[in-house]
Amino acid sequence: MKKYIGKRLAISLVTLLIVIFVLFLLLQLMPGSPFNDERLSQEQIAVMSEKYGLDQPVTVQFFRYVKNLCKGDFGVSYVISKDTSISVLLENRVPISFGIGGEAVAFGAVIGLILGILAALKHNSWWDTLCTFISVIGVSLPSYVFALALAYFVGFKAQWLPLLYDGKQFFASSVMPMIALSMFTVATVARFTRTSLLEVLDSEYMLLAESKGITGPTLMLRHAMRNALIPIVTVLAPLVVDLMIGSLVIEKIFSIPGIGSLMVTAIQSNDYNVTITLAFIYSVMYIALMLIVDIVYGIIDPRIRLAGKTD
Amino acid sequence: MREKILSIQNLNISFETTAGVVNAVRGVNLSVYRGETVALVGESGSGKSVSAKAIMGILAKNGTIDSGDITLSYYRQEEKVTRDILSMDKKEIRRHVNGKRIAMVFQDPMTSLNPLIPVGKQVMEGMLWHYHTPKEEAYQKALDLLKLVGITDAEKRMKNYPHQLSGGMRQRVVIAIALSCDPDLLICDEPTTALDVTIQSKILELIQEIQKRKKLSVIYITHDLGVVAKVADYVNVMYAGKIVESGTVNEVFYEPKHPYTWGLLSAMPDLGTEDERLYTIPGSPPNLLHKITGDAFAPRNKYALKIDSRVEPPMFRVSDTHYAATWLLHPKAPKVELPEELKARIDRMMKEGEHYDKTGKQ
Amino acid sequence: MKKKKEQSAGNAARVLSVEEYLSQIDFREDDFEFQHKDGFEHIDTNFASQGYWKEALVRFRKSKGAMFSLICILLLTLMAFVGPGMNEYTYDQQITVNQNMAPRVPGLEKLGILDGSETMRTSTGSKEINYYESNQLEDTWYWFGSDSFGRDLWTRTWMGTRISLYVAILAVIIDLAFGLTYGMVSGYFGGRTDMVMQRIVEVLNSIPYLVTVTLLLLVMKPGLLSITFALMFSGWLGMSRIARAEVLKLKEQEYVLASRTLGAKSLWIIFKEILPNIFGPLITQTMFSIPHAIFTEAFLAFIGLGVPEPLASLGSLISSGYQNFTSHPYMIVFPLLVMGLLMLCFNMLADGLRDALDPKMKDM
Repeated sequence: MKKYIGKRLAISLVTLLIVIFVLFLLLQLMPGSPFNDERLSQEQIAVMSEKYGLDQPVTVQFFRYVKNLCKGDFGVSYVISKDTSISVLLENRVPISFGIGGEAVAFGAVIGLILGILAALKHNSWWDTLCTFISVIGVSLPSYVFALALAYFVGFKAQWLPLLYDGKQFFASSVMPMIALSMFTVATVARFTRTSLLEVLDSEYMLLAESKGITGPTLMLRHAMRNALIPIVTVLAPLVVDLMIGSLVIEKIFSIPGIGSLMVTAIQSNDYNVTITLAFIYSVMYIALMLIVDIVYGIIDPRIRLAGKTD
Repeated sequence: MREKILSIQNLNISFETTAGVVNAVRGVNLSVYRGETVALVGESGSGKSVSAKAIMGILAKNGTIDSGDITLSYYRQEEKVTRDILSMDKKEIRRHVNGKRIAMVFQDPMTSLNPLIPVGKQVMEGMLWHYHTPKEEAYQKALDLLKLVGITDAEKRMKNYPHQLSGGMRQRVVIAIALSCDPDLLICDEPTTALDVTIQSKILELIQEIQKRKKLSVIYITHDLGVVAKVADYVNVMYAGKIVESGTVNEVFYEPKHPYTWGLLSAMPDLGTEDERLYTIPGSPPNLLHKITGDAFAPRNKYALKIDSRVEPPMFRVSDTHYAATWLLHPKAPKVELPEELKARIDRMMKEGEHYDKTGKQ
Repeated sequence: MKKKKEQSAGNAARVLSVEEYLSQIDFREDDFEFQHKDGFEHIDTNFASQGYWKEALVRFRKSKGAMFSLICILLLTLMAFVGPGMNEYTYDQQITVNQNMAPRVPGLEKLGILDGSETMRTSTGSKEINYYESNQLEDTWYWFGSDSFGRDLWTRTWMGTRISLYVAILAVIIDLAFGLTYGMVSGYFGGRTDMVMQRIVEVLNSIPYLVTVTLLLLVMKPGLLSITFALMFSGWLGMSRIARAEVLKLKEQEYVLASRTLGAKSLWIIFKEILPNIFGPLITQTMFSIPHAIFTEAFLAFIGLGVPEPLASLGSLISSGYQNFTSHPYMIVFPLLVMGLLMLCFNMLADGLRDALDPKMKDM
């Protein structure tokens, strides 16, 4: 297990370093650094270069960059909010995005699981058809279709929920974005749960458990669900990526002041520093998540946990 | 005095599939006596596994038992009880029959153990579930069972997960699980097909030994006549959902009456055959989606009579223990000799058998 | 398990004895003659040979969803080609007086739907207005309405569909060119080659797709070329995984080994022995990557990295329509419908193909 975690950790670190390196290179190439000002003379640039350490070898600069990132010092924004430290810019936004994203993951996973389990247990019934229908729709339609539909009918026509984000009523204004964001998760989790549970229910070890005389919740929980859950854990990480992508659009539609809408603004207004910082944050989130999923996977599946132990 | 513990009468099972209704089992009769071994032989799809699953109450959801009786006799506190399994509901079967009276060993030990639970726990599970045995006692019994089925270093193995054991070991664990609640009847569904040859015979010997020690009855489901010859007292040959020939091992092997049994015996590879090619039965079993009129084997049967395509043959009596469903046994039917090649083969088998008996292995 | 047991008295007892059974049969004269007097030759009718593709076609035809999707996609493709030429407008023609016209279709207008009227909400309440009437444009028809620059949305929607279809074709090409080759090489050669190639995939896989794409577009100008590159960057990973897995499964098969013992070269084995046998899963995978590519394009358009104006893609139409979708919902409804239909149909087509080509994979 230690070896397994170590290997995963190493791969994650390498990936992160590669990402940081690419980001660093991009930052060097991008226009819009403080030195891209035509009014600056050669001398001034030289002075500033020395001040920021830009005259040092690239490797030194790179390690300083990494060190700064670790400290949470991402530099300043040049366009969106001139000379504001990016960490300040992020301070209020991160909790909002995480709040809504977390809600969406939880909601999507729970509803998806319930739908998938019902569909598998009542295979070939109308539950099953409903689940398949929802999965196809949820997987096929981009989240903003749901967002726009919800915004128009629930927010604009019926006015049941605030159409645009209102910081004073976080929960009420997060309901629609959450639902729109989680549709894909609901659909995918439902689909996977159904397939995986059907496969488990069809397996010989379930037959063996039944032929032992095991019934009821013990049979379902101890023998069926534990085995069915393993493959579902693995789809969670890619799902979160789709959620991130979705959040960019959804936050824009509902005017949510989160990091997603900040990313869109930064891209549209060519604020490279902010874009790259956000890219870094997204990468860290994703890589960390993959790592966690892999480790959880290892913990629940003895075939991985005990791999390499020969006896 | 033979004591009947399981009796199947006129069992009919069908499956609803997307293609239509499949009549997988069509009127099977079978009796099992205490301490004896019965084999069900047939090609895949002949309905042997389905019959076994019906006994265990673990038919797939789309399966229906259309008619028949499966009666089980057992002792409850010294008092003999006889019950029809098919009139019990699923819960009752699980509580009174599965594991406690009848246990099953599945074909593929690679897939029949739960990958997430240590094998020791899987052996203990039945005892804890049915008898609420105290944990320590169940542990001790599971340990003894693992030792009984020939697992070395059992204490350490208790904590192992299935993937850490070899195929043969896993099948031993499955047998230990089956024995854990002291059943009267063990159903072995192709218990050795997935294992390699050297382990096959060890597992078979293990089952035989345990059978003797615990006075178990065993139903073997197999397509391997070699296994049948080695372990069975009685043989039932199944074809297209019906038993077409039944008798003692000697009767079915040395005096087979049904052309299908002839085919099966001829198709058995052995070293003494002088033919260059291994005999195969032409064609494939009928599609049970369609209603079968007459003898299901007729289209593949070289000796088919005209009546075969019209009327189903009954089980003609050959001796008190030997029956076969073929019109060739009707008094008016023409005499058909066994094919030469098969005759020679049976002679060889008989000699080997005598030799086997003389060397006193039995 | 179901039971249909009629518990009538003596159910089991009704198993007839042989004598009883025989007495019920009227035997015919020739009953006990052999069927095959001269020679016996058996023809197997159970497994009448049917080709893989023929069987797949039968299964595919049976799936209503897939057939419907196929027809839908064909219709949408047709419209993408002929749609823009069906009226007098071009996609970039701005008629400033005809801004924000609601959809109006000849024939349908008499029924009261798509008659060019829309509801305006003002602070005093809502009222029905019709620009066609108020501006005396009795002979003007905007079937899908016009946008805030006075451009015809019908033409723009179908032009946008072209972009989506271009992206779809692109996705297929990338899948086959990169993903397939990468996966097959990695799987076939195995060993160290596979190790290195898989580590690369692993790293690429750990970088969120969103990040690669946006970064790429920081370096490049928005437009079709950069969308193409964005797709190339990440679109092939899924395919390479499938191709590798399939090759790994097949390369140890006896027929491949036989070919190798006969001296076949690697390339020959890969293309002649393995490739034809993994077509099923490959086609399915390409079909699944199409909706993903279409979605990517739409997403990029939404965050402002799509095709530049005045070009239109479904994504850019949606993203410009959403800004005033509460006042002019028609601007977004039609591109959204076409887009949704396209995604749904490609997904359902992929599902249907998978079930038809590889029945084992059903429910995956």
